[in-house]
Amino acid sequence: MKRITKINSDIHFKSWAAVGGYEERRGPLGEKFDFCDMSDKFGQTTWEIAEAEMGRVALNTALSKSGLSHSDIELLVAGDLQNQCVASSTGLSSFGIPFLGIYGACSTCTESIMTLSAFMNSSETMQMGGAVTSSHNSAAERQFRTPIEYGGQRAPTAQWTSTAAGAFILCRGRGDVMITEYMPGRIVDGSTSDGANMGGAMAFAAFDSIYAYFEESGENPHNIDAIITGDLGRVGSDILREMLSKELPGTEALHNDCGLLLYDMKNQDAHSGASGCGTSASVLACHFLPMLAEGRLRRILFLSTGALMSPSSLLQGENIYGIAPLIRLESGKETNK
Amino acid sequence: MNSEAKKQLIKKHSPGSSLFKDLILSFIFGGGICVIGQLLFELYTTLGLDKKLSSTVVTVTLIFIAALLTALGIFDKIAKHAGAGTLVPVTGFSNAVVSQAMDAKSEGYVLGVGAKIYTVAGPVILFGLLSGVVYGVIYYIYSLLGG
Repeated sequence: MKRITKINSDIHFKSWAAVGGYEERRGPLGEKFDFCDMSDKFGQTTWEIAEAEMGRVALNTALSKSGLSHSDIELLVAGDLQNQCVASSTGLSSFGIPFLGIYGACSTCTESIMTLSAFMNSSETMQMGGAVTSSHNSAAERQFRTPIEYGGQRAPTAQWTSTAAGAFILCRGRGDVMITEYMPGRIVDGSTSDGANMGGAMAFAAFDSIYAYFEESGENPHNIDAIITGDLGRVGSDILREMLSKELPGTEALHNDCGLLLYDMKNQDAHSGASGCGTSASVLACHFLPMLAEGRLRRILFLSTGALMSPSSLLQGENIYGIAPLIRLESGKETNK
Repeated sequence: MNSEAKKQLIKKHSPGSSLFKDLILSFIFGGGICVIGQLLFELYTTLGLDKKLSSTVVTVTLIFIAALLTALGIFDKIAKHAGAGTLVPVTGFSNAVVSQAMDAKSEGYVLGVGAKIYTVAGPVILFGLLSGVVYGVIYYIYSLLGG
């Protein structure tokens, strides 16, 4: 089974933007965000619309950074965690751009960039597209867990859904950050139905994709600067690193996780780390893409990790399935040499 | 990797809750709430209420305080340390109802607040009523036997 697709035509990241809330601003990457709303409300009356507005602000910021108009964008691929992905459709409706709504749980960021580049790679005319991903802590708590003001204790393995969004403008041609390959993830059984341990459940999907990538591509891990997963958190990262050290020795040292980077793991109440699809989207936008653009990283594998489940499936005792689509990003500075 | 091996790997890397710390904190907070209840009881009886009425008013007062702290966004910050200490007393019930009502408000007063207010507290009401019925039956049989 061939899973990796090489992007034949040059596609680069024209611009990107990260938007977050209060906890994200307090985190170690806080100053790198383009905009943070300290109330988490983004001037709206409900959490759900606040998330929609956050996605809109993210895309607007990315557009203005690129100097493009919304009418230049030929396709938007976007998703979030709300039922029926309503945050994306509500927030992005005003742009009037052709839209593909996707759901990949917390793998949405990579899935959206991958889908968009697949469209651009196969189209002879398409020049520009946008990808947007968002998650909002309060909207997700309401939908998946307990009321926001409910007084309960979270397990040490639980993660904190980020209030964050990332928007990316992809453009044909060469640029500072190129996307060169993509590989869709497989649905992998996490062998647990513990909704408070999704990082653990997703680790196996991340391993499946990383292993398959190196096996199929024959790539030497020395050529890769970093392998970045989305939101495995502490538990999932520990599991993944143990598996990598056994099956692909040396690669475990390349691993880092956006869920471990977004918050101060000691002083913010994040337990096992950040989760939510906005985590990998915002960390990619505010941290890894700038590093690639400056040439501080040359080649990375980026895998947002998704826990495929619903509140009903968990109550019915079904296992959580994981998925980890992979994209390969390269610094334009490196490939231009 | 088979399912059992995955389960073992998850278990190996998943830290458990700190039982000792949780027990101590829940004892302190739960005990503290009981002390406040007792002080209120003394206050109400001193003010001239009889003991039965005082007990009821104490419960109402604790429910009100918990509801107010929930509405002000303070309750959950205490409860994440207190655990069962705030959950088990009537404060936990109050918080479960009020927090759900606050969440559902954006969906309207009938299909939002009205339909969803007991989503979290519902099991307490249902099984509280059921155990009341069971207790009633036992009490009835006991009284027939001349107890």
